[in-house]
Amino acid sequence: MSATASSSPLIQLRRLSCERDGRCLFAGLDLELGAGKAVQVEGANGSGKTTLLRTLIGSASDYRGEILWRGEPLPRALPQMRSALLYIGHQAGVRRGLTPLENLAWYGATEDEALAALEQVDLYGFEYSPCQQLSAGQNRRVALARLYLPNAPQLWILDEPLAALDVAGVSSLQGQMACHLGRGGAILFTSHQPVALANLQHVDLADYAPAGEGEYVHA
Amino acid sequence: MSTPDTRHLPPVSATPADLSPRERRGPGFGALLQTELRLALRRRSDIANPLLFFVTVLALLPLGVGPEPGLLARLAPGMIWVMALLATLLSQESLFRSDFEDGSLEQLTLSPQPLYFGVLAKVAVHWLVTGLPLALLSPLLGLMLNLPAAGYACLLLSLLLGTASLSLIGAVGAGLTVALRRPGLLLALIVMPLYVPVLIFGTGAVQAAVDGYAYSVQLAILAALLAAAAALAPLAAAGAIRISTDS
Repeated sequence: MSATASSSPLIQLRRLSCERDGRCLFAGLDLELGAGKAVQVEGANGSGKTTLLRTLIGSASDYRGEILWRGEPLPRALPQMRSALLYIGHQAGVRRGLTPLENLAWYGATEDEALAALEQVDLYGFEYSPCQQLSAGQNRRVALARLYLPNAPQLWILDEPLAALDVAGVSSLQGQMACHLGRGGAILFTSHQPVALANLQHVDLADYAPAGEGEYVHA
Repeated sequence: MSTPDTRHLPPVSATPADLSPRERRGPGFGALLQTELRLALRRRSDIANPLLFFVTVLALLPLGVGPEPGLLARLAPGMIWVMALLATLLSQESLFRSDFEDGSLEQLTLSPQPLYFGVLAKVAVHWLVTGLPLALLSPLLGLMLNLPAAGYACLLLSLLLGTASLSLIGAVGAGLTVALRRPGLLLALIVMPLYVPVLIFGTGAVQAAVDGYAYSVQLAILAALLAAAAALAPLAAAGAIRISTDS
């Protein structure tokens, strides 16, 4: 308890408001994510879950409020944050023309590490098949295999990691996420499904919806 | 994946030491180059299309303007250069497209390394699979168009230097238009004015060589344009990609 209480949180959001195409998605979001903690972002389709995640990683700059990385405000702390970040977005970053093994090598894995990770996501036997011949769920697993590589970055930001996974895949991923929390990592993810994790905090973006539904803000 | 057996339990090695403080590094320049080359060689039709366009149009030219040797020789430097430029432009549209669609372009922008090197690797491979073959084919097409013998060396050299500049400059336009669904004409409008100096000095060099003058000045200017493009265009393209992916 004291170990986590003494260290400052990895990510702090202070009164964060995000907009997209001039429409305010959510406003006044306060959130803290510390080492060993996980946050599940929930909300209806179009409520801004992906926008929140893309704002946190610095890919969307249309926000107001403060984002702090280890106490440093974000545009300045972006390089430090990105060097500790593993992000898997809606588009998973798997190149269709490469094999799963080559995809993982592109993310800096050695061949042995990649083979071990691919076996963990049950892609044993598909290491050398081009990804365009694999199914949607299998492509998702190639992206998720990055979570099973050694030397994982501390902060995981995952957009719908459980989408397109079967039951066994979901339980395996939950195990890996729990293991990451156990070694001091932090996870922020979106999901519509319930996820069994200790130390899990839920954030429902519906609670932060702007007062007037669909309110237009001035740039 | 039948049952969640022991393989799916947290690995034993998952101690806090496993979460190393080592700085995460993205793929290095060599790895980027190797991956791009591998992808390009697997999409052979993308390589063949600009070359086929180049050869087909220039093979049709004598049918269109008539087979008079003097006229063809007069047209050859300009036509070969313009067609090389159009072939490069045609292939440029897809430069960042598939990476944008599968999310790996966003992963590249998140890499701690400067995006400059990612862009440079893509452009280098683009040149290797379009500009270089175009330049190597050009003497053959010069022969078809009755280019005087004095022009061949200069045509090859000027195209080698010039197509590399064209690939670099086009990357800026490709980066700006990557988020658009059908960028075709817009890309051409953005990039064409920037292509003009390369075209002028490229055809100027070949024309000078054909007429028997020294052409080293034009080649030096082409080389200078290439040096400036290599230094600045990937920067501009990286900025353009960041703008395009920021939504």
